Amino acid sequence: MNNQPNNDLKSKLLADFRTSEERMNGASKSALHQIRREALNQFDRLGFPTVKHEEWKYTNVNSLIKEVFEFNASSELTVEDLAQLESSRLDGNVLYFVNGQYQPHLSKIVSPASQLTITTLAEAVKTTPDLLHQYFAKYADFQDNAFTALNTAFAQDGVVINVPANTTVEASTILRFVSDARHLNVASQPRNLFIVNTNAEIKIAESFRTLGDQASFTNVVTEIVVAEDARVEYYKIQNESDMAYHIGTTQVHQKDRSHFYSATVTLDGGFIRNNLNIALDGSECEAHMYGLYFPNGRQHIDNHTLVDHRKPNSHSNELYKGILEDRSTGVFNGKIFVREDAQKTNAYQSCKNVVLSNDATMNTKPQLEIFADDVKCSHGTTTGKLNEEALFYLRSRGIPKVEAQSLLMYAFAEDVIKKIKIDTLREQLERRIQAKLAR
Amino acid sequence: MLTISNLQASIGSKEILKGINLEVKAGEIHAIMGPNGSGKSTLASVLAGREDYDVTDGSVLFEGKDLLDLAPEERAAEGIFLAFQYPVEIPGVSTTNFLKTAMNEIRKYRGLEPLDAVQFLKLMKEKMKLVNIDQSLLSRSLNEGFSGGEKKRNEVFQMAMLEPKLAILDETDSGLDIDALRIVAEGVNQLRSPERATIVVTHYQRLLDYIVPDYVHVLYKGRIVKSGPKELAFELEEKGYDWIKAEVETV
Ligand SMILES: Nc1ncnc2c1ncn2[C@@H]1O[C@H](COP(=O)(O)OP(=O)(O)OP(=O)(O)O)[C@@H](O)[C@H]1O
Ligand SMILES: [Mg+2]
Repeated sequence: MNNQPNNDLKSKLLADFRTSEERMNGASKSALHQIRREALNQFDRLGFPTVKHEEWKYTNVNSLIKEVFEFNASSELTVEDLAQLESSRLDGNVLYFVNGQYQPHLSKIVSPASQLTITTLAEAVKTTPDLLHQYFAKYADFQDNAFTALNTAFAQDGVVINVPANTTVEASTILRFVSDARHLNVASQPRNLFIVNTNAEIKIAESFRTLGDQASFTNVVTEIVVAEDARVEYYKIQNESDMAYHIGTTQVHQKDRSHFYSATVTLDGGFIRNNLNIALDGSECEAHMYGLYFPNGRQHIDNHTLVDHRKPNSHSNELYKGILEDRSTGVFNGKIFVREDAQKTNAYQSCKNVVLSNDATMNTKPQLEIFADDVKCSHGTTTGKLNEEALFYLRSRGIPKVEAQSLLMYAFAEDVIKKIKIDTLREQLERRIQAKLAR
Repeated sequence: MLTISNLQASIGSKEILKGINLEVKAGEIHAIMGPNGSGKSTLASVLAGREDYDVTDGSVLFEGKDLLDLAPEERAAEGIFLAFQYPVEIPGVSTTNFLKTAMNEIRKYRGLEPLDAVQFLKLMKEKMKLVNIDQSLLSRSLNEGFSGGEKKRNEVFQMAMLEPKLAILDETDSGLDIDALRIVAEGVNQLRSPERATIVVTHYQRLLDYIVPDYVHVLYKGRIVKSGPKELAFELEEKGYDWIKAEVETV
């Protein structure tokens, strides 16, 4: 596994870890650090994945590991700089991280402490070590995934949200991760942990943006614990540069009667791999996953999802849609496990793609592994061109070709867009998608 | 208004239209009849600009302009409208939504100001009444799950909205109940004026009781093999096409 020709990034990371460990002076004995060390060792064993690895067959990280990045580079991002990101004012709790570092002067928390506690990971390490000990790295498995191992070993900051039982967080929470790549290649490894206790409810969005033309690498891991009867809406919005590498894992753990509702929208980004893993470790759970990706140029967008039905009577539903232009590539890999105990499972999966150019490629792979006998499962993938009949119909009514195409593409994308229930976020996305379509 | 000369069109290596000649003057209504597969819809599609067909010979002039040079949307803006025999279903696009875009694109082409939402709604209400179509149908995804009759009615509604100079109705009457048939006919007759013309493709003389044509043409194997006054339609209804086929074969 250590036989990769270009493994400079790996040796650099291993060396970095040891150097920082030497400077830790005592803290290296903490339980948290033991986990980090274990994760590092696992990363060392695994190495970066090659295309020989089944899970990475279509997503080649070679060019990523050849880049040289500055990890956690400090940035003097101001409120004025943010204007370049053209984001309209977002309501609710908004937390900014730039190159992985929390930016209190750009952030605001409006929810009362009675509704949620929201802290940075760095702070939580000091103030609530017991909470971290209970949850941190307990869900996102790093035995099999080198990037999750890497994140677990290195993550310095991120957001820890804890919603007390029987509480509805009224305001939505938006976490914005900005890579400031104006001056140099930057990398960050944010780590988030959301604990939504019994019968609590929250809406959270993660947004990823890049400033500047240098390369950036974000390796993010988010763990979401959804307790009995809790309800979580989770959105991941990616709007990064063509020079951005993004690898992310969102790990969800659901207990009885909980609801998890998510949408992953990738508008732009150079090289993207999203893992969304949901363990339905309770009965009568619901999990909804929507996705939209829209690569052009040479962008590469890979969505891997995994739904693990472990208990009876739960329902999962998945719809991913893609529009691919130019020489872009897309990957959808959707796994559904239905374990022996998970009788009366309902699981639906669908992935639909429109490929607009002969040079664009979409790889889809649904994987169903069903060990229970009384289940309803269905899956389907389609990949095709824009409907020519529909295009002609619209043109015959007077709508020029380009507008007719964007009308059809927007209609295709809207199925997913309208699933986003944070209004300001949805409206912003609607505008961005219209703009990308009109290009 | 419309002059079709020796129009020949094929799809792949299959010749479908083999030399169509037809002259339609402003104010006229022409009916085109003919057996299944004779090329009626192909003719309608070629006039509307469907790119699947190759025009291999001939010309089409519309108000002096070379129609075959124009994109489908330009033809629409010039005033051509095709009511499709099989209207396509378009998920996620409502009639109301796309029709507003269409109208304003056509207005832009003609150098007119766009209609605002209020003007558009007013016009819609008026035309909805005319073709007796329900608002709820127009806000649904275009034709998705519409009944056969509803699809046809929606075509006539769009025609009423766009007020074309030349309307081509491809079997708009098939699948319609008697009441709907009358409504469709009313829609066409409303548009009847000295400046406009209509081509109706139909299999049934019945429609021609309501939309009285000036001429009836029979299209067979890619050619117009017989033309005559409205009485020709009665003759066809009574005798079928065999006698015409026989006439063609003996020539
Ligand atoms: N896309 C196509 N590919 C191959 N053949 C085609 C295509 N479109 C039309 N044709 C053929 O061209 C011929 C004429 O078809 P067209 O639809 O114009 O007939 P029509 O007169 O409208 O018939 P109907 O009365 O049944 O509507 C038919 O033989 C048909 O099969
Ligand atoms: Mg036909």
